[in-house]
Parts: sequence; structure tokens; C-alpha cells
Amino acid sequence: MTIPDLGPLWLTLHLAALTTIILLIVGTPIAWWLSVTRSRLKAVVEAVTALPLVLPPTVLGFYMLVFFSPNSAIGGLWVEATGTKLTFSFTGLVVCSAIYSLPFTVQPLQSTFETLGRAPMEAAATLRAGPLDAFLTVISPMAARGYLTAVVLTFAHTIGEFGVVLMVGGNIPGETKVISIAIYEHVETIRYAEAHILSAGMLAFSFLVLLFVYVMNRRFPIHVGGST
Amino acid sequence: MLRLRAIQLFIAGVLGMAILAGSSSARADEALVAVAANFAEAIEQLAPKFEAATGHRIVATTGSTGKLYAQIKEGAPFHILLSADARTPAKLAEEGAGDGDSQFTYAVGKLALWSGNKEMIGSDGAETLKAGSFQHLAIANPELAPYGVAARQTLQALGLWDSLQSRIVMGENIGQTHSMVATGNAELGFVALSAVQSPTKPSEGSFWIVPQDLFKPIRQDAILTNAGKDNAAARAFLDFLKSDEAHAIIDSFGYGF
Repeated sequence: MTIPDLGPLWLTLHLAALTTIILLIVGTPIAWWLSVTRSRLKAVVEAVTALPLVLPPTVLGFYMLVFFSPNSAIGGLWVEATGTKLTFSFTGLVVCSAIYSLPFTVQPLQSTFETLGRAPMEAAATLRAGPLDAFLTVISPMAARGYLTAVVLTFAHTIGEFGVVLMVGGNIPGETKVISIAIYEHVETIRYAEAHILSAGMLAFSFLVLLFVYVMNRRFPIHVGGST
Repeated sequence: MLRLRAIQLFIAGVLGMAILAGSSSARADEALVAVAANFAEAIEQLAPKFEAATGHRIVATTGSTGKLYAQIKEGAPFHILLSADARTPAKLAEEGAGDGDSQFTYAVGKLALWSGNKEMIGSDGAETLKAGSFQHLAIANPELAPYGVAARQTLQALGLWDSLQSRIVMGENIGQTHSMVATGNAELGFVALSAVQSPTKPSEGSFWIVPQDLFKPIRQDAILTNAGKDNAAARAFLDFLKSDEAHAIIDSFGYGF
């Protein structure tokens, strides 16, 4: 049996971990705002956040190619600032993944915050806790389950990314050749043994992740209503 | 109540579309042609001429030769493979998945080094490559695409394959490679000359026709698959590809014979 190159596996885990951390930082304020706001913009922001769930990855991939291009305004600014390009780079994949997995962070967090309601924040305020203090010391621990769901789903969804990476990655080993791309290439070149090993690993991993989320939801059902 | 009505309408619409889509299935005088990506534009020109002359219909699917080969091996219903090499059709014939007697060369491909930037490539593209003032050079994946093999051979012949490794980005087929250069994400790349000097959509920028002595000739062969052996439209299309009318079109894309 041929053991496939495991480089793509480590690269994928690295990408998923980084994306998850970034999305927790970016997604928390968005989810919090969505859970408390009465603004008319709420529906618009919710729709935009959910877009990656609906859009074909090819749409995202195409726009990334266009907007990340050094000839475009955004891509050009990036090249001027950093000297490198967003396409064909690990950094570019992180940006793509953060957009692609955004709903998997924001939606569980939003529904958790909504379940908690305003009472904890108001209680904290009467004890003279500032909003940030109240959020960090009161809300965050209470929303732990929501955070767990968000982390697991974001991580797992990033690992499953394929279409966007195929279009903007350029298949560079150690940089953009993630596990889904490696499997695709093994299949296309009829190296089924390698494809089997990587695919079976992905299957087992994905099942375990989902099992974990559902078991946790059943055991501690309190704050995670309809978060997945 | 209103909401229920809307949902019913939506479901009816989805079902209606499913039924409509189901009714347009394949007919007997239709040939499914698997086309190597470099030939995608040429087939668009060839198909209507063939259809007008014979009344048969052509449905073309494009992709990398390697991918199309794998699909045919797995039972994809293609009647013809228009490969980007001679090796893949020969392999299909050897493995009993294609009709070896039907194999012939429909075009000889040429390789071009192309950039969207008019200043990028001078009269000698090899100098541009050696100067190395670029971050990314796009090629087709040599594992899947014969044009990628030719690109690798060229870089090896120039002694640049090893030194440029970190700057090479790979498209899954020559079409995707083309799009990497077209969008400016790769400053330059090895693509099919047929795409750069297409009579319908010539590309902007600068290009260099890679001399034939730097890579093995890209002999592009066609073959009938097992599925296509009894398909009249498929056989007629192979005959059409050998005609003067077809040759004139193929020639206009810069292919040789």
C-alpha cells in the first residue's frame, strides 16, 4: 500500500486552526450585534453573513481571482503593502476560508446570545461592570457551549473547503495544496490507494466531529437551541 | 394562509423544473465528445459547421486529458475523446476502453509563453524566464495535462525547472492556467497557442511561441470510446475532423497537422 504524502494534512489543520481563531475574533462582535440590535440593517447583515452557505464556491473563487489580482484595487493595495500576492498563497487561503466559514461561527454564537437574552448584561451593569467587562466575565462563560459549537463547525467546515481553493490556490505543495485538493488530484490521476487513505481519514474525522457536537448538545442542551 | 400558498407555489415550481429538465435526454444522433481544454474554443467553431452539414448534434465536455481519461475509464458516457496527447488514446485502446483503429491525429498543438502585460515578454521568452522578474509562473498540472508536460519539458530544457519550483503555480487544465494569467494573478504562464491567438477571442499582452525543439511535439489524437463504437454521429464527427473544412478552422487557431 502506498502511503500518501501527509504534508497536505498538516497544511489543512494549520489553515483550519488559524481560520477558526480569526473568525472567533471577528465573528463574536458581529454575532453579539445581531443578537441585540433592533436596527433595520439586521436582516441585511444576517443575509450577507449567510451568503457563503448558499453561493456556489465557484462564485467566491471567481470573485477572489478578480479582486485579489494585483491588477485590481484590493489586490494591488495588498501587493504594495506586503510585497506578496493574495492568490496562490497561504494568506490568501486564510482570507478565503474566513469568508467561506463565517456563517458557521456567527450563527451558533448569535443564537446562543439570543437565548441568553439581555438579563445577564443588565444584571452585570447594575453591579457596575462595563460592557466589555460584563461580556468577558459574564456572557462568555455562559455562552461556552455556543462557542464550542462555533469552533468545531468552523474548524470542520474549513477542512472541507475545496472549490474556492481549487480556483485560487494554484496547487502549491506546502502552501495551498490542502487535503481536499490532494484527494482530487489522486483521483484524477487514478491513484485510488492514496485517495482512499486520505478520504477514509476525512470521513472518520468528519463523523467524529459531528458526533462530538451532537453528544455535547444532548448532554448540555441549555444554551444551544437550533445552533447548527 | 398566504405563506402556505407561497410554499406550495415554490414546490410546484421546483417539481416543474425537474420534469422539464428530465425531458431533454439524449437522442440517437447525438455524440458526446470529451475535449481536452486547449481545444475548447476550436470545438465551438467546429460543432455548428458539423451540425449544419450532417444534422447530427455534438455535445462537448471540456477538461484536462487526464481527468477525461479517468472519467472514461470509470464509465462516463463519452463517445469520443479529443485528447491533448497521443499517449492517452493509445492507453484507452490498449486497455480495451477505446477503438484503436479509429485513433488519428486531429491537430498538433503549440505551446506559448503568455503574459497579460505587453512589456513582459520580449522577442525571446527564454530570456524573460531566465531574468525571473515575476512572482508566479502558471503551468498546467503535468500529472493531468499534456500541455503541462510540454511546459515542464521546456523549463527542463532551459535548465530552469528546479530554480523556478517555488514560483510555479498549477492549473488543473490548460483552461484554468489561462485564467490565472488572464486575471493577472500569475504574471505569465505556459498556455496553448490556440487560446492566445484564437481567431475569435485573441488575448491581449505579449507572448512567445515556444520553439518546437524545447519539448516533444504535442500530437493530439482522437479516438472512439467503446460507448461510441456504434454511434453514427460520433463516427461522422471523426470523419469531419479530417475534412478540409475542419482543417481550415483548426489551422486558424494556430495548430499544425
